[in-house]
Amino acid sequence: MGRQRPLSPHLQVYRPQMTSVMSIMHRAAGIVLTTGTLVMTAWLVSLAMGAERYGIVAAALAHPLGQFVLFGYSVALIYHALNGIRHLGWDIGIGLTIPEVYRNGQLVLVLTAVLTVVLWTVVWM
Amino acid sequence: MAEFTLPAHSKFTAGHSYKASEGASDVRVFQIYRWSPDDDENPRLDSFEVDLDDCGPMVLDALIKIKSEQDSTLTFRRSCREGICGSCSMNIDGTNTLACLKSIKDVEGDVKIFPLPHMPVVKDLVPDLSNAYRQLAAIEPWLKADEDAPEGEERRQSPEQREQLDGLWECVLCFSCSTACPSYWWNSEEYLGPAVLLQAYRWVADSRDDKTDERLDALDDSFALYRCHTIMNCAKTCPKGLNPGKAIASIKSEIASR
Repeated sequence: MGRQRPLSPHLQVYRPQMTSVMSIMHRAAGIVLTTGTLVMTAWLVSLAMGAERYGIVAAALAHPLGQFVLFGYSVALIYHALNGIRHLGWDIGIGLTIPEVYRNGQLVLVLTAVLTVVLWTVVWM
Repeated sequence: MAEFTLPAHSKFTAGHSYKASEGASDVRVFQIYRWSPDDDENPRLDSFEVDLDDCGPMVLDALIKIKSEQDSTLTFRRSCREGICGSCSMNIDGTNTLACLKSIKDVEGDVKIFPLPHMPVVKDLVPDLSNAYRQLAAIEPWLKADEDAPEGEERRQSPEQREQLDGLWECVLCFSCSTACPSYWWNSEEYLGPAVLLQAYRWVADSRDDKTDERLDALDDSFALYRCHTIMNCAKTCPKGLNPGKAIASIKSEIASR
């Protein structure tokens, strides 16, 4: 008997698939949203604490870095919501063939880009 | 907790190179995962030059040619060479499939071949499927009827009832889908995986089976069934074009609606 059997390579060799990449993006977006909710809470709490505190948080969010955080939060929110609808469809058995999975996946990606652009066009106009 | 990297003894290194015979006219390189239990070496990736002008069209043809001409110790499972037995499942060019159904021409550049992912390796391209077979046995994949079949007759099904089994009975149990599933990679002890769950649904969907409720009771478990997050790598990679993800969704739906 030789030594312990090795574990065959997995992430190291498996070609990224649209199926698994969109799945891990859904999870990552969920984590971003949890963190982003803390930012949103801080914003609301500062509002309740009066003009001076609110001014500090509002200024931080207006800073380019703050805007970047809000941008990321909005992308995550839009993607997670749209892909969430995709998941709800799957849960009732709709859109589960591979051609459909690719079509509704591409639709989610395109709509995420479009809605993000529309949102930030409105914000910055 | 999921381990995203390989354990130290499982990391693979560059291995030996084998030249094609002289006068080869259409050379393609096959990079093949090797590991032997007989020495203390880590796994390695050997390179074999193969003359495609003197080789059958499928990846399995190349493997057989390499084994007969270049290195007889190369180890892999194969039997029917026509996609019926499910023996030669492996990871080719980054996705899981049957070597006998994968055309060499469909791969660009070097043909990289690994065993089915995230499995204990017995030797070279042969994974240990004991856990997967144990899970298959656990779903009791046989007809369970309350009464014997009518004397001298088969159990009758309507064409519509029979149709429910299409897309399920064709599975050859190659486990390409289960070993393409990240959720199965991280939870293979408890999560049954797409191949076994498709088999489970095959019996749930069978009009002749009387133990549907018991089967669903056994499946209604946060790990055994609900580690499926509808990633869908399973259906994407199935060499028979089946859809285990849809079968799992059907099980979840049956449980939710009883």
